Amino acid sequence: MERSRRVLEMKGITKQYFGNTVLNDVSIALCPGEIHALVGENGAGKSTLMNILFGMPVIHTTGGFSGEILIDGEKVDLSSPAAAMQAGIGMVHQEFMLLPGFTITENIKLNRETTRQNALSRLFHSQSLDYLDVPTMRKDARRALDRLDLSIDEWLPVAGLPVGYMQFIEIAREVDKKEVKILVFDEPTAVLTETEADRLLGSLRRLAADGIAILFITHRLDEVMAVADRITVLRDGETVARLNRDEAVVERLAELMVGRKVEKIDLPPRHKDPGEEDLALTIDNLVVNMPGEMVRGLSMTIRRGEILGIGGLAGHGKLGIANGIMGLYSSSGRVSKNGDDIPLNSPEQVLLKGLAFVSEDRRGVGLLLDEPIERNICVTAMQAQNKFLRSWPHFLPGLRLENRGEIRAYSDEMIRKLDIRCLGTTQPVRSLSGGNQQKVCVAKALALDPEILFVSEPTRGIDVGAKRLVLDLLVRLNREHNVTIIMTSSELGELRKICDRVAIVYRGRLAGILPPDASDAEFGLMMAGGVRKEAV
Amino acid sequence: MTLRLRRIVENIGIPRLIIAGFLLIIFITAYITDMSVPQLMTDSLVRVGMNGILVLAMVPTISCGVGLNFGLPLGVLSGLVGALISMERNLKGFSGLFAAIGFAIPIAVVVGYLYAKLLESVKGQEMMVGTYVGFSTVAVMCVFWLLAPFKNPELIWAIGGKGLRFTLTLGNHFGKVLNEFAVFQLFGVKISAGLLGFFLLFCLLIYFFYKTKLGIAMLAAGANPVFARSAGIDVRSMKAVGVVLSTVLAAIGIIIYAQSYGFLQLYMAPLMMAFPAVAAILIGGASLQKATISNVIIGTLLFQTLLTTALPVTSRVIQGDISEVARLIISNGMILYALTRSTGGK
Repeated sequence: MERSRRVLEMKGITKQYFGNTVLNDVSIALCPGEIHALVGENGAGKSTLMNILFGMPVIHTTGGFSGEILIDGEKVDLSSPAAAMQAGIGMVHQEFMLLPGFTITENIKLNRETTRQNALSRLFHSQSLDYLDVPTMRKDARRALDRLDLSIDEWLPVAGLPVGYMQFIEIAREVDKKEVKILVFDEPTAVLTETEADRLLGSLRRLAADGIAILFITHRLDEVMAVADRITVLRDGETVARLNRDEAVVERLAELMVGRKVEKIDLPPRHKDPGEEDLALTIDNLVVNMPGEMVRGLSMTIRRGEILGIGGLAGHGKLGIANGIMGLYSSSGRVSKNGDDIPLNSPEQVLLKGLAFVSEDRRGVGLLLDEPIERNICVTAMQAQNKFLRSWPHFLPGLRLENRGEIRAYSDEMIRKLDIRCLGTTQPVRSLSGGNQQKVCVAKALALDPEILFVSEPTRGIDVGAKRLVLDLLVRLNREHNVTIIMTSSELGELRKICDRVAIVYRGRLAGILPPDASDAEFGLMMAGGVRKEAV
Repeated sequence: MTLRLRRIVENIGIPRLIIAGFLLIIFITAYITDMSVPQLMTDSLVRVGMNGILVLAMVPTISCGVGLNFGLPLGVLSGLVGALISMERNLKGFSGLFAAIGFAIPIAVVVGYLYAKLLESVKGQEMMVGTYVGFSTVAVMCVFWLLAPFKNPELIWAIGGKGLRFTLTLGNHFGKVLNEFAVFQLFGVKISAGLLGFFLLFCLLIYFFYKTKLGIAMLAAGANPVFARSAGIDVRSMKAVGVVLSTVLAAIGIIIYAQSYGFLQLYMAPLMMAFPAVAAILIGGASLQKATISNVIIGTLLFQTLLTTALPVTSRVIQGDISEVARLIISNGMILYALTRSTGGK
């Protein structure tokens, strides 16, 4: 590694989205042959920084950015992905961009094929009509695969390969580009098994030894410690630390990553604190098959009357828990309430057991967007619990119609109680603001009279004032109506604000349960899989 | 003021305004050229009552999330079989009509259920698959009409004595029974309370269906299947209910259509049956996701009046017949327009 030369420098990068500063004066520099780790929580600004480096259109359509990018000491204008590639930047994406029906060679060489002239292409002076030079392409592909120590045959089709291999083919494609000087890896190990991940880290080292500078984005701190030469920590769009590996310890990194002032609000007191002896829900070895949020054998207990927070990084399965228990994704394991087993994979049974769910996907799952507020609030309780119905006419007792009066009255009451800002109960929910839509979702869950309420990402996509209101509402439900609340959120801050205990999920399992006032380092470590610790 | 006007236009929808304006021009032209406007209105109302239930059959499939029911011929064929059984038994008048409906409903329920099972496996392409299911079933039924064991000499070919005729006269059976029931005159316009009342009765029944727990579950399943699942609704069976209901309505619809027309048409006649019904409900302002009873009534009124009046009036004015061309342009154009817009015919 040549410390003196800089292959890439990003200086004073600032980016705003609609007046919202997501990156503030971030600088980063890479030497040839260096593995530079960029760590930070979800939403810390890592992806935005990479989008800027790769010239993604989303940056330029939202007003561009300020600051400058230098490659080999020269200022460059990376206004498109093509320009970035030209400048020698390669990117390995989190999602695979491979054509399943094509062979490995074809995927690696796509749109950069080596060709041979033929009569037709000579006649029209067009390279598009050339023959493909398959033997040379195969040789190139082989060489790229060998650099990654991958013994797989280059003529196999991509379809049907194990996921781990696809990630390597993505990398091989970037490596095969002769001009590549800088390789960006965006959470490459997220979908890999542990042995595959180790292998990938090995390839990273080999590539770095060849003189390629590597920018490695991850939130797995053990991997950072294993391969990175230097580490930059981002938090809320700012650089909070730049460390050499020998200066870094996992605990310190974790603290830097998560640390933020937790504004303590005084929560109203309870008559009786929830305790270990009175359990509302017992989850035993829960497995949920929710794509991207797999739960792989999670066990924990929830105390009656508490607000339990579930945190963890994206993709580790925290969202899968509620979705699995509520029967929206196929799941197995044992969940029991008051010693009574709850049937899994059956939403109607779960609703009858007194559980309710406010989904993280408000618009996709939570609401009937084009239907009026009153129908949104009442339809679940009507279908699952036969509320809001009346027999009509009286000589036909089997026939039950919706009870408009009752629906109207209940919706009016909810609008008043939850302070839903709207024109009336018949306004379609699509035209409400995010915060008010969220309140409709909560009202819908309340119509079920739940004993246990799952709330996922209650403040996602709503403005600051509305966030506060929604959190206050949850606390009020808990204190006044004694609803046990299980709240899942990516925002650790809000979990620590209102929860009695915060459970952290790592790779689909419970990493541990912390009190809300535990230190930043403890939360950070647990989220990054640093230690396993059982319940407090 | 302009804002208010724009809102009104948006509420009614441009296609409806254009067609209503066109109708107005036709009626004015008819008046100027000394044609009998009441006669035109009488004919139009008969066409409305004749086609209404077929249009109504589109509502359940749209609201349960399957989209427009291009597989309408399936229901139509069930209705035809029901009518044939009634005729084979020589039932006359109202008993003939109700027997036909009574025989058709169980057949339509079974056919609709099988059709729903088929649609389950082609999620997202129900409309295209439905079109071809309709087409191919009509062809298969051509064989059935030839081989079916009907014996009544009124139904089968006179020569050879085997196979059903192309067109059967309903006059002796239940032809025009509804049309001629409770007819009264209003400003010279003859109104058949029997025919229109029967249509409105079905509108009312469907309206109340959507107030029941089952109906609301179906609406929710169509509006957002994931929401419905999370509310404990079985989305798949809701779709089946919607398709069965639509098929049953189509079966009843064709019987009403036939009694009004006076003839029962077999073989290739049901082939294109879905298209005018689809056009009518889209003209009425329904989208691929949402349809209401008022869409049915407005759409049928506009579309059928247009078809009925355009022919005599235009032939009088330009001494030629463009009504068939106009019908094709308007009905197919409307379908095309609606399919290319996610919000439908708004």
